Amino acid sequence: MRIHFKRSYDEDIRLFEDWRRMAKYAVLLAVMIALPALVSAYFLGEVTLVLIYCIAGMGLMILAGHTGQISLGHAAFMAIGAFSNLWFMEQGMSFLLALPLSAVFTGLVGAIIALPILRLSGIYLAIATLALSIIIEDIAIIAEPFTGGVGGVFAPPVDVLGTSVDRYGSPNLFYWMCLSVVVIVLLGYANLLRSATGRSFLAVRDSEVSARALGVNVTRTKALAFGLSCAVTGIAGALYAHFVQVVNYESFLVLLSINLVLLVVIGGLGSIHGAFFGAVVVGLMPQFIAIARDFLQGSVGIDISAYPGLDTTVFAVIIIAMVIYEPLGIYGFYMKIKTQWQLFPLARRDMFRRSKSYLKTERMR
Amino acid sequence: MSLLSVENLAIHFGGVKAVDGISFDVQAGEVFTIVGPNGAGKSTIFNLISRFYQPTHGKIVFDGQDITRTPAHNIAELGIARTFQNIELFDHSTVLQNLLVGGHTKRRASWIEDVLHLPRSRANEREARHAVEEIIDFLDLAAYRDKMIAGLPYGVRKVVEIARALASDPRLILLDEPASGLSVEETADMAFWIEDMKKDLGLTVLMVEHDMSLVSAVSDRVLAVVEGKPLALGTSAEVQSDPRVIEAYLGTAA
Repeated sequence: MRIHFKRSYDEDIRLFEDWRRMAKYAVLLAVMIALPALVSAYFLGEVTLVLIYCIAGMGLMILAGHTGQISLGHAAFMAIGAFSNLWFMEQGMSFLLALPLSAVFTGLVGAIIALPILRLSGIYLAIATLALSIIIEDIAIIAEPFTGGVGGVFAPPVDVLGTSVDRYGSPNLFYWMCLSVVVIVLLGYANLLRSATGRSFLAVRDSEVSARALGVNVTRTKALAFGLSCAVTGIAGALYAHFVQVVNYESFLVLLSINLVLLVVIGGLGSIHGAFFGAVVVGLMPQFIAIARDFLQGSVGIDISAYPGLDTTVFAVIIIAMVIYEPLGIYGFYMKIKTQWQLFPLARRDMFRRSKSYLKTERMR
Repeated sequence: MSLLSVENLAIHFGGVKAVDGISFDVQAGEVFTIVGPNGAGKSTIFNLISRFYQPTHGKIVFDGQDITRTPAHNIAELGIARTFQNIELFDHSTVLQNLLVGGHTKRRASWIEDVLHLPRSRANEREARHAVEEIIDFLDLAAYRDKMIAGLPYGVRKVVEIARALASDPRLILLDEPASGLSVEETADMAFWIEDMKKDLGLTVLMVEHDMSLVSAVSDRVLAVVEGKPLALGTSAEVQSDPRVIEAYLGTAA
């Protein structure tokens, strides 16, 4: 195990602990940038979807992982982000302007919705946000001038600084665009977590009472977290709209909301890494299942495509297993392995014992 | 000069009069202790002062300012910090991060500056770190600085909670049973720390405590409370020998 001796406060404030860690992320970023040269166009499309899931996952992670407020309705904010982005573009705005604007709009809507809804906690909050997700399907049909009604809206061509960025026409550019959005959101998220604002989120998650006693305005903090979370999710929604090229009321069903919750839970609540691990699992799982199906049919001779809903079942089993055996998600599992490795053979079982749940804010209200 | 004065404070939960007409003055620079049997309303008084509960009637004045209607999240900024009976730390953070939240009221950068990590946000962080390091030094927590709360022993968590309260740079600190669950040795340490807070930091301490060894070691004045009503006020020895207090604790002779 390496021990890092710190010599100034700035070493705690900066994003990377030491140059080794910085180098690791630099290599990762380099690989991601070079990816179009390494994989097929089809796989690149899948990775692009995973990146969009990463953004949505970071959005929900701010709220569920770091502020401790569950939301089963985040697909609704993806929808608001998508429809508002397309609407802004229809009004003649360029994509580069419409994207941040739709994020701000979604964030504001989120913060306004948050004020009444975040008076609830735990299971009641989950139900209220679930309702949001269901309502948005109807709103998407009713608000026809903005959403195109049942038919939906076709995404107009995206033009970034004079270059056309299209998922099919220029998949590489579209991929790089998503990647840069991921990096920007990630930086903002990391900055947030190393600041007083981020710590106030964690404080509200772990103990609302003492947060209040220390001068944190809990209502405002929750609304801010919800707003930021929605803004980021809105960005993901907007990119998703350009990814699938046509969105209607069926693009953002409750199932997508559930998928986002699964994403943060599988990835590991309370860590940015978790959003990425979760996005890889949730984004690529349908592919894995399809590959497994082909394999079973081709080599073993078992045809499982006769059973509809198998994907969902496999998904469900994985989630249940995850919650029971690895409640800290993939990131928690990764940390365990890492600690075992670093301390070998001194790691003890009880070093990884579970502590209190993250939704611990029911007391003293 | 009295730093905190509580006048005829009362809170009723339905028919239960948890606190019923309590008045006291805490002088600047003293250690004022509230004692009383379980359910006497001691912690409720704390929750009233830190504004978690709205009093049914009565008045709370801190440093000449009426705080009876001040929102709870503005209390820390005025200079009142507190600890909790059943430790309320942020379990999934390190000791350092917990203490940094203590300095929350000192921040000046807005959330937008934080997200963009602008110079003011960084300056905030440096100052907060500096202030926190002094407290870590003061309470001898350096060994635990980067440890997660969830893995710390109980006695250390108690100290961390006090450290977090001190990080908000208060003038008045409310300690809710600082010695509960501590060993004899740790209680003795706690007595020294309370003395240090009073002498070195010039803090005023309002404390609820059951451990009479700690109460007599550090308290300037003691208020005995029974069933939400004040019973006796005086030095620790006076209150402990008061026949009404003895009766309240032990019951009357048959």
